[in-house]
Amino acid sequence: MMTLFGIPTAALFGQLLLGLINGAFYAVLSLGLALIFGLLNIINFSHGAQYMMGAFVAWLGLTYMGANYWVALALAPLVVAAIGIVLERTMLSRLYKLDHLYGLLLTFGLALIIEGIFRQLYGISGIPYAVPKELAGGWNLGFMYLPIYRAWVVIASLVLCVGTWLLIEKTKLGAYLRAATENPALVQAMGINVPIMITLTYGFGVALAAFAGVLAAPIYSVNPLMGSNLIIVVFAVVVIGGMGSIMGSIVTGFMLGLLEGLTKVIYPEAASTVIFMVMVVVLLIKPAGLFGKGA
Amino acid sequence: MRNESSALLKVDGLEAWYGESHILHGMNFEVHKGEVVTLLGRNGAGKTTTMKSVMGMVGKRKGSITFEGVETINLSSNKIARLGVALCPEERGIFSSLTVKENMVLPPIVKPGGLPLAEVYDLFPRLLERGGSQGTKLSGGEQQMLAIARILRTGATMLLLDEPTEGLAPVIVQHIGDIIRKLKERGFTILLVEQNFHFAATVADRHYVVEHGHVIDMIPNAELTSNMAKLKGYLGV
Ligand SMILES: Nc1ncnc2c1ncn2[C@@H]1O[C@H](COP(=O)(O)OP(=O)(O)OP(=O)(O)O)[C@@H](O)[C@H]1O
Ligand SMILES: [Mg+2]
Repeated sequence: MMTLFGIPTAALFGQLLLGLINGAFYAVLSLGLALIFGLLNIINFSHGAQYMMGAFVAWLGLTYMGANYWVALALAPLVVAAIGIVLERTMLSRLYKLDHLYGLLLTFGLALIIEGIFRQLYGISGIPYAVPKELAGGWNLGFMYLPIYRAWVVIASLVLCVGTWLLIEKTKLGAYLRAATENPALVQAMGINVPIMITLTYGFGVALAAFAGVLAAPIYSVNPLMGSNLIIVVFAVVVIGGMGSIMGSIVTGFMLGLLEGLTKVIYPEAASTVIFMVMVVVLLIKPAGLFGKGA
Repeated sequence: MRNESSALLKVDGLEAWYGESHILHGMNFEVHKGEVVTLLGRNGAGKTTTMKSVMGMVGKRKGSITFEGVETINLSSNKIARLGVALCPEERGIFSSLTVKENMVLPPIVKPGGLPLAEVYDLFPRLLERGGSQGTKLSGGEQQMLAIARILRTGATMLLLDEPTEGLAPVIVQHIGDIIRKLKERGFTILLVEQNFHFAATVADRHYVVEHGHVIDMIPNAELTSNMAKLKGYLGV
């Protein structure tokens, strides 16, 4: 058996891969939160519920309409974004001028309601969702076994994150978004329809969550509680990375996933708390987060 | 005398509120095509609020504001911008997450006929040199130049400049004066807020004096010297 620092390589890389996969979800989810927080000034606590809805739309589509995984990957984000847009137009848009706390409370309440509905309908035992046949199986890399689907999740998430970052940092649309994050009134006075931009940004952030939900469905089972389990960690990631920082969310998400995986190998007892310990340390030393601006 | 219909911008009985505070109490003034007109007045008189109201950025407004004959009192600011009105705000509004170049080309083209980017850079060569830097890394004067420069290429014909000389060194103030005269020659119509009436006198055709949210006097620039004592009284200087 091969070992590295006295740890069997298969176990080490296996855990690192799991960490990387969790990290991919942290990154995609915290990226959406960062976008939404930046422009809407709202801490979107229903993000986890929207991630869960993504997985459920995939499963419902498969069960009732025969829509396969790839169709779900394209459609679930749109469906969940559409629901998000309705929420934004009818409720969130009334809160922008108020303190963050109100948006947080509203979206927290919405998350509880959405989760409650799905619990009522589908229970909490979880529903399996098969890995698409194109991505079934795995590769033996010699030092570890790599399931193809897991490699796909990491790569798809990375592409999505980098693509979103490029969109924001390198395009005209991204410049509008960055500018409107700083001073929406002035951007609107230049002739941009900022309210529509805000609505679409919320929709996009929600779509990212739903996309992650579809990616997650074959790995974890489809479960009404899958979002609330994850979102607490994601909020810790957001705090560590710096609220509202795009690059911060992406890098911190992947790094913390890896750190979690590594901890599982080295000191498994701490694996579920290591991210929160990092959060405490970061809050004490750099309260604005590793990538955050200002105090 | 010019006739009424040649007013490009006409503000009539304008009232404006920030939340519960009633700030403008019946502002009346007009700006004709090609004119440079100033709003003078003490701190807190309501000059900035007037500019923002014309731009559609104040939540609650009443009365009438017409631009090229179009009533804008109930339009949102993005629609007003699309008519050809552009604001250079008092706080300059340079975006720190954008480069100088990105700041420059941020405002969309709303109409044909704006200055080509090359000409804008001819007026402000420094901005071309600093194109790659972060917007807010520019000096105060350069940021002011950028705030003016970026609204020149949009095709807006009415420029609202809110205290463009505030806090700047005399040479830069002079440069901004030159720019404003050039813009006037190019056919831009300019509404200017100024604290410094010595500067205002070098660029403007007419001056409105604002106090407590309404216009209390109008002085043509040619009559400024003869009205100096009165003006100083208004402004408390
Ligand atoms: N956002 C706001 N909310 C509430 N009141 C405001 C706001 N902005 C300005 N005011 C008040 O409105 C009044 C007019 O302000 P305004 O900024 O229009 O004055 P100004 O003539 O531009 O003054 P200055 O020469 O100092 O720039 C002031 O009493 C000010 O306190
Ligand atoms: Mg002012």
